[in-house]
Amino acid sequence: MTATQYVGKPVSRVDGRAKVTGAAKYAGEFNVPRLTYGVIVSSTVAKGRITRIDATAALALEGVIEVLTHENTPRLAWLDRSYQDQIAPNGSPFRPLHDDKVVYSGQPVALVVAENFELARYAASLVRVEYAPEPHQTNFDDAMAEAYEPPTGRAGYTPPPKPRGEADQAFADAKYQVSAQYATPTEHHNPMENYATTVAYGEEGKLTVYDKTQGAQNVQAYLASVFSMSSDDVRVISPFVGGGFGSGLRPVYNVFLAVLAARQLKRSVRVSLTRQQMFTFSHRSETRQEVRLGAARDGQLEAIIHEAFADTSTFEDFAEGIVNWSGLLHQCDNVRLEYRIAPMDVYTPADMRAPGATQGTFALECAVDELAHRLGMDPLEFRLKNYAERDQNLDKPFSSKELRECYRQGAERFGWSQRNLEPRSMRRGNRLIGWGMSTGAWEAMQDKAGAKATLHVDGRLIVGSATADIGTGTYTIMTQIAAETLGIPLERVEFQLGDSTLPFSPVEGGSWTAASVGTAVKEVCEALREKLFKLAGKIHDSPLGDATLEDVVFENGEVRLHRDSARGIALTEILRRSDMATLDEEVTAKPKMLEQSGYSRHSHQVTFVEVEVEEDIGMVRVTRVVDAVAGGRILNPKTARSQILGGVVWGISMALHEETLSDHAFGRFMNHNLAEYHIPVNKDIPEIDVIFVHEDDTIVNPLGAKGLGEIGLVGTAAAVANAVFHATGKRVRHLPVTLDKLL
Amino acid sequence: MHASSSLAPPETITLTINGQARQMAVQPWVTLLDALREHLDLTGTKKGCDHGQCGACTVLVDGKRINSCLTLAVMRDGAEITTIEGLAGEDGALHPVQAAFVEHDAFQCGYCTPGQICSIVGMMNEGHARTDEDIRELMSGNLCRCGAYPNIMDAIRQTLRERGEKPASEKNATPIPAYHLAE
Repeated sequence: MTATQYVGKPVSRVDGRAKVTGAAKYAGEFNVPRLTYGVIVSSTVAKGRITRIDATAALALEGVIEVLTHENTPRLAWLDRSYQDQIAPNGSPFRPLHDDKVVYSGQPVALVVAENFELARYAASLVRVEYAPEPHQTNFDDAMAEAYEPPTGRAGYTPPPKPRGEADQAFADAKYQVSAQYATPTEHHNPMENYATTVAYGEEGKLTVYDKTQGAQNVQAYLASVFSMSSDDVRVISPFVGGGFGSGLRPVYNVFLAVLAARQLKRSVRVSLTRQQMFTFSHRSETRQEVRLGAARDGQLEAIIHEAFADTSTFEDFAEGIVNWSGLLHQCDNVRLEYRIAPMDVYTPADMRAPGATQGTFALECAVDELAHRLGMDPLEFRLKNYAERDQNLDKPFSSKELRECYRQGAERFGWSQRNLEPRSMRRGNRLIGWGMSTGAWEAMQDKAGAKATLHVDGRLIVGSATADIGTGTYTIMTQIAAETLGIPLERVEFQLGDSTLPFSPVEGGSWTAASVGTAVKEVCEALREKLFKLAGKIHDSPLGDATLEDVVFENGEVRLHRDSARGIALTEILRRSDMATLDEEVTAKPKMLEQSGYSRHSHQVTFVEVEVEEDIGMVRVTRVVDAVAGGRILNPKTARSQILGGVVWGISMALHEETLSDHAFGRFMNHNLAEYHIPVNKDIPEIDVIFVHEDDTIVNPLGAKGLGEIGLVGTAAAVANAVFHATGKRVRHLPVTLDKLL
Repeated sequence: MHASSSLAPPETITLTINGQARQMAVQPWVTLLDALREHLDLTGTKKGCDHGQCGACTVLVDGKRINSCLTLAVMRDGAEITTIEGLAGEDGALHPVQAAFVEHDAFQCGYCTPGQICSIVGMMNEGHARTDEDIRELMSGNLCRCGAYPNIMDAIRQTLRERGEKPASEKNATPIPAYHLAE
């Protein structure tokens, strides 16, 4: 083994030191000279018109510079498409301060800019906004009457597959049936860092925009288009992102407002959202779902019918794949899946970690548990009995699928074979014990992405792509891939991201970054390797002689002959002898569509959960979790495990804690803070055992990695709910499983 | 008369931050958190909620951990404050908690991390962290949305062991209990 083999090793994060010492700079932390501060005034009604804005008192304060409202905003781009970012749904994107219309509660209606933050905040409290409110709709149970099938065409959205077989007849004929309704609430991403933008106003009005985003180029293109700026005049930088989970895939209104103010005032401006305002721009859609399953006596699934409703805004058709998974996860010949969205007076929902999949899988996997219980069958045995060897939605084989091995290893680690089928069969003192399980899948996607690499004569390798690291470990795995491909020590490699001037990258989401950007990094380093090899051949008395590229190996900073490792030359020596200070290369890596299109490409997981329920008060605690994942090749087991831990914590959170509640009288989210919007604290989370089963996949992408951002979450909430049923005998179908529902 | 003349004028205070006396003029309504981030460019201390609900702004004031968003800078005139920037040695050597965080991957996005680390140092000063359950309870004021809690626990256990303190109960020390049927 050579010292420069890094892929697959538990390398500590290369940005770890910056993060633990406070050196890592996030968007709202670039303290540029003569900075001004913008504070946003949010609407207090959900629908209506602004009849009057009185900013007199605010503007009277010394140090308050301007109050921007729809009344004094300059004319900007007119067409909807100018506001549509890379992943915008169909519809008319929300335009901040565009006109007097209010379309949701919390909508930004004014921006107060002052010389310091406290003054801007105080002045914002003095801005008086009067409204002519109109009746609003924020109650999803009522809004569902207006549901419609979302149009197709949104990037990344696949509508439900056409029905197969005769699902309704098969259900009616089935000896064992389950028909149940499930509900999942509105949730908010709530990354720890609030959205913020610092705009540095430069010479000739050029803007450097430090923005919190999952896609620097997506924001850059949006700004250039909306403000009709030349692409060279606006650069977006986002080196560190304090969590995203999907909330930063689209541009957030703070970046619009900060740029608007900077251009108006010709000053540098920072606009940060408050935690309360983190509830005013995107959410996980609320769902109501009906699942009907039918099975034969031996447990064979004979019918799956899954119908889902989710919310959207009045101005965009947000679509995500909620029911599709029900045609994929288990073998069944009679399947009918339907999905509709209903408009409400809220902001457009957004992708939120495992979007669609986690809501839909919650319903399906609880229904599966209910059916197994009705059959008197172990839920793991039921899933094995109905194991899908082929993707029936696409009618294609899987590129790889080691779910069976996940079931086996996960069950063994958990001790599942000791489970008693009967609910309420285990207890510790006054606490009921329950064991539940669930499965899940996520797409293994690869998108087009670019990367560039520059080798310096001093031995440093700089590689870059305009992707993001939202805590996922992008910096680290890209550094590993580059270092290994060129055989350069890790410490000599620097990976750059989060800068719109770097080579193209898609937004950082969908678990596709490792596959997409990772492939680009690998390919650019391979191209650089070839270039270096050619250069080496031109050197007088080259130690490589007339060897071909296949005869050599790049390791430990050198290129050497396979068969005679004494014959080699340092990469830096190649540059020096060629009189070159640097050598660079740039590529765009594209997925091999033709090869991939013959296969269904997915990662899989199974979660086993133990809960304890205090019988007297219904309090639930998760005490043990085993999550077994088939995610292709694991590039870094340390950061990969963290991704899965995070997913599992999100699943526990979804099952037991998270819920954004509306006061429909005001059409407003009530619990818009971290005290009342519950997410797990340290004490809520037990030890979590993560297993990565071995999975070789040569189809998904050249790295064989499937992406891990979503898969740890997908089925976890269902596993918790199933464990609660096993503990208590009570089936809670409306998340979260709070104690009032168990009493 | 101009309206802002009714606003309180700045007061000159001295904060000893990471061993260095820093004199500054701040208005009374400036929180310690904003004084650090906006006035002194010490942005390692994070703002997650500004309401004392998330713990991202945790710093040590005279050795005790507090939420810096819930105190005004002028209230801390003369205090000794340690922020995340002051934990590593002058030679750049990481504080044992920082090193353990890197080793155990006890963070992902990194935004709650400075608060977690300061909180752990404060917790250790308090001397009540004896078992895993103690630690989980005492660290429950610091939210981590990425879900790094299990790794944070590993980092804390390692630090406690290195300090030679009575180690917290070992991971998986409790075997899977024998279950019995309910009546």
